[in-house]
Amino acid sequence: MNLYRYASPSTFYPLAGRLAPWFFALAFILAVIGLYISFFVAPTDFQQGEGYRIIFIHVPAAWMSMFIYIVMAFWSAIGLAWNTRLSFIMARALAPTGAMFTFIALWTGAFWGKPMWGAWWVWDARLTSELILFFLYVGVMALQAAIDDPRRSDRAGALLNLVGVINVPIIYFSVKWWNTLHQGSSVSLTRAPSMAHIMLWGMLIMALAAWMYAIAVAFVRARSMLLERERQASWVRELPEGKA
Amino acid sequence: MKFLATVIQRDILLATRRRGDWLTAQFFFVLVVSMFPLGIGPDPAVLRMIGPGVIWVAALLATLLSMSRLYADDHRDGTLEQMMLSPYSNIVLALGKSIAHWIINGIPLLVIAPLLGIQFGLAGKVLWILMLSLAIGTPILSLLGSIGAALTLGLRGGGVLITLLILPLYVPVLIFGAGAVEGTLAGIGAEANLSLLGAFLVLSLLLAPWVSATALKISLE
Repeated sequence: MNLYRYASPSTFYPLAGRLAPWFFALAFILAVIGLYISFFVAPTDFQQGEGYRIIFIHVPAAWMSMFIYIVMAFWSAIGLAWNTRLSFIMARALAPTGAMFTFIALWTGAFWGKPMWGAWWVWDARLTSELILFFLYVGVMALQAAIDDPRRSDRAGALLNLVGVINVPIIYFSVKWWNTLHQGSSVSLTRAPSMAHIMLWGMLIMALAAWMYAIAVAFVRARSMLLERERQASWVRELPEGKA
Repeated sequence: MKFLATVIQRDILLATRRRGDWLTAQFFFVLVVSMFPLGIGPDPAVLRMIGPGVIWVAALLATLLSMSRLYADDHRDGTLEQMMLSPYSNIVLALGKSIAHWIINGIPLLVIAPLLGIQFGLAGKVLWILMLSLAIGTPILSLLGSIGAALTLGLRGGGVLITLLILPLYVPVLIFGAGAVEGTLAGIGAEANLSLLGAFLVLSLLLAPWVSATALKISLE
């Protein structure tokens, strides 16, 4: 099977349409399992009490916010290098979801910070770089929204995305040296996790649910963008939804 | 090399002929900085503490204010397209434009900044570090800003948009720049921050003109 075949809008469109419900279903099932584990199975933390349970939303959202930005940069780079229309559409379709996860991470972080640190917001390295990440998402979306010509809009947004992805580590370290209060990462690949296994599982399942949701939403969004842009193409006219 | 010199010379000549435009950004800088004591109160200890940060933030804003015009004027009268079509490298064009912007807008900021620093109760060595940090930092602002100017070329609301795109990218410059001055105030020294600022300058000198040239191509095609 040749995977490159699906880089063509006319083959991607029906494929994404078939796959999106499956990803939605997976996201739903995983979220139900994850939420069950996080609220009923996972034990109460002896230091932080019940309030810690917000991390089951907070940490997956924060992971996704960074991961989606990198995926966007990946599609942008491919789009700029090979000029493939679908790559730009994927990058564009992911942006609102990434911004949403960033916002959720900030919001739930504030809810967690109030009982734990006694403050809604502190100017700590991770919080601040997450906030700046949110600004970067907004910047890319604002730039793309301001340009009417879709080709220029795609490419300008992709370029900004790449500049952003080079800058994100620099911003992260600059802010880190500037000020740090956030507790160290609870999950690390290099050492044993500092939390109970069941908590880790809850978090990982929630992260998978968020991942599946992001894919499903990106597919749906990409499909509507394709319909809008390719409305003159013959393959769209042959679709039942293109005949209207 | 000759092309680079020509681009810089031309921009400086244009700026000296339209002095009003050029002075606006400098006065904006002075005004923004002067607003802070009025809003916060004249307590010298507080002013000394916020001084470096305020001057640096105002420098970022003043740079962005003049940045939206970097390519816009040449774009409007068609000069930019002719320069892009010329046999010389577009990267050199973007580099020249950024350097010219720094000479026109960055160097005056350097000269004004110590005066504003005195108003905030900074003195002696701290003022020198402030100037030094601005001397290393403002070229970065011009280089990164030119990416935003190229991307927003000819868009409605370009001036506000460029702020939205570029200000987050300025964060490391602000942190290291203001950090150098604050480090001197606190007695920790400024070397670490200044070195990081220098490293960031080298990195943006290498990458920013190239990205700006690509952005110009995207915007003009």
